[in-house]
Amino acid sequence: MIQKRPFFITFLAPAVLTAVILAAAIFEVLQYSVREFVPGSLNVGGLTLENFARINRPIYWWVLADTFFISLLTAVFSLLASYPVAYALVRAKKDWVRSALVSLSITPLFTGEIVRTFSWMLTLGTDGFINSMLRKLGLIDMPIQLMYTRFGVVVALVQFSMPVMIILLATAIAHVDRDCERAAANLGASPSAVFWRVTLPLTLPGILSGIVVVFAWTMSAFSTPQLIGGGKILMISNLAYLQGFSVLNLPFAATLSLIALVCALGSLALMKTITGRIERRLAVN
Amino acid sequence: MRSQKIGTVAFWSLVVALLTYMTLPTIVVLMTSVNPTEILAFPPQGVSFDWYVKAVTYPDFRIAFKNGLIVTACASTLALIVGSAFAWLIHHYDFRGRGLLEGVLWSPLIIPHFTLGFGFLLLGGAFGVQQGYVMIVLAHMVLVMPFVTRAVHVSLANIDPALARAAANLGASPFQVLTRITLPLVVPGMAGGWLIAAVLSLTEFTASLYVTGSRTQTLPVAMYNYIREYADPTVSAISALLIIATTLIMLVADRTIGLRRVLAIDTH
Repeated sequence: MIQKRPFFITFLAPAVLTAVILAAAIFEVLQYSVREFVPGSLNVGGLTLENFARINRPIYWWVLADTFFISLLTAVFSLLASYPVAYALVRAKKDWVRSALVSLSITPLFTGEIVRTFSWMLTLGTDGFINSMLRKLGLIDMPIQLMYTRFGVVVALVQFSMPVMIILLATAIAHVDRDCERAAANLGASPSAVFWRVTLPLTLPGILSGIVVVFAWTMSAFSTPQLIGGGKILMISNLAYLQGFSVLNLPFAATLSLIALVCALGSLALMKTITGRIERRLAVN
Repeated sequence: MRSQKIGTVAFWSLVVALLTYMTLPTIVVLMTSVNPTEILAFPPQGVSFDWYVKAVTYPDFRIAFKNGLIVTACASTLALIVGSAFAWLIHHYDFRGRGLLEGVLWSPLIIPHFTLGFGFLLLGGAFGVQQGYVMIVLAHMVLVMPFVTRAVHVSLANIDPALARAAANLGASPFQVLTRITLPLVVPGMAGGWLIAAVLSLTEFTASLYVTGSRTQTLPVAMYNYIREYADPTVSAISALLIIATTLIMLVADRTIGLRRVLAIDTH
């Protein structure tokens, strides 16, 4: 017998099973988010929308607003810090410079969040690297407070997100048609005019996707605000963890986790719409 | 022309400054790991490997490392098998529900790790398998699978389809084409994908914090618990070892498959 689609079922079954397990895990979060909290017990009560109504209190609104604010700051600063590196990575003339830039900018992605967060704790702490150096240089007498501040959290988060931002920007810059730049230069545009009026606008889709990806990514950051924020800076992830493991209010923790998921998916959907529109406009021109 | 030269110098100074910012924490952690005193000192007061000895003999870290290896080996191997099969499937066939299945299996790239970890914790509770490694392995597997699938998918796309057709014309069965033609050609992609998966699983923290217990905690979770209680450079030493190990593994992965290709930033 000749099979029309060899291995179809054999290869499909494990993938479907994995997808079902994953969907079941997310469904459990959804299921818990609409359950009643029974104080002092891990068991949950009947169906309710109480958990979602509970979000509507100033303290929780502040955490949500802070999460948005920190993520937005991180995305913007990450873009500003990553663009020059990505540009150098694509446009460097020497091969070894490009390889070195790729290794230096991508490897931090793989050291893991605990190692990276701990490294920042040593760098930002009262006796940490920055304070020691500033004191040695005689610039300060008293250590400046960097740990447990919004500033410290953003400094670490920007560094975390840079590899991803660099990857996205480098892809966009690599796709810029060099002939457009040459044409502009031939018509008398200065190098800076070529960059600001030709290269930068052409990489706009990459810039936007970078901002949104980093924004969504930072919204779900956990260990950095947990350790560098040290309870003083709460993001939605830390609040969810606190509710789940300290207060043992699993339904409310599930609600917060679900909101974080919806925010992440929402930002990505938004990005698809915006970049799609911009790419169409660029194609028309 | 002179102003252009100044511009170039300014640009490269900026790039160097930004790269310094990116690598500074790594340098700091390496410095503290060899500093002999318990109190931080910059520059280090000398070179000592005492913290490394303490780190590798500390029982919690030893158990956690062993747990991590078990989880990583199981999760990345399962992800390799399922992910490679899925990559082959979407490379060759179009079928109803393919978009949905792809969407679900790619979604761990977007789902916050704490939502996913919480989900697996609750799922484990629902099925009474909170103890042991099952839920940890499953959570890690879905988290790393997109990377394996992507690496294998890229390798498959680079195979000349004429090879498989030629083999089939010469009488090879689909099974023979798969095992004798396709498989040998995607082995580098599979190896690279597996390495990336292993590194990500070994260093995964947030989801692991939810699904591991005190006896099944993985290394990053043990490090987190240590940081919260003590403030000595033992964790610096462990971090330094992890940084060295992951950098070496990523270099190997880069050699075997080309990281730039898997990460889709191949520019030339």
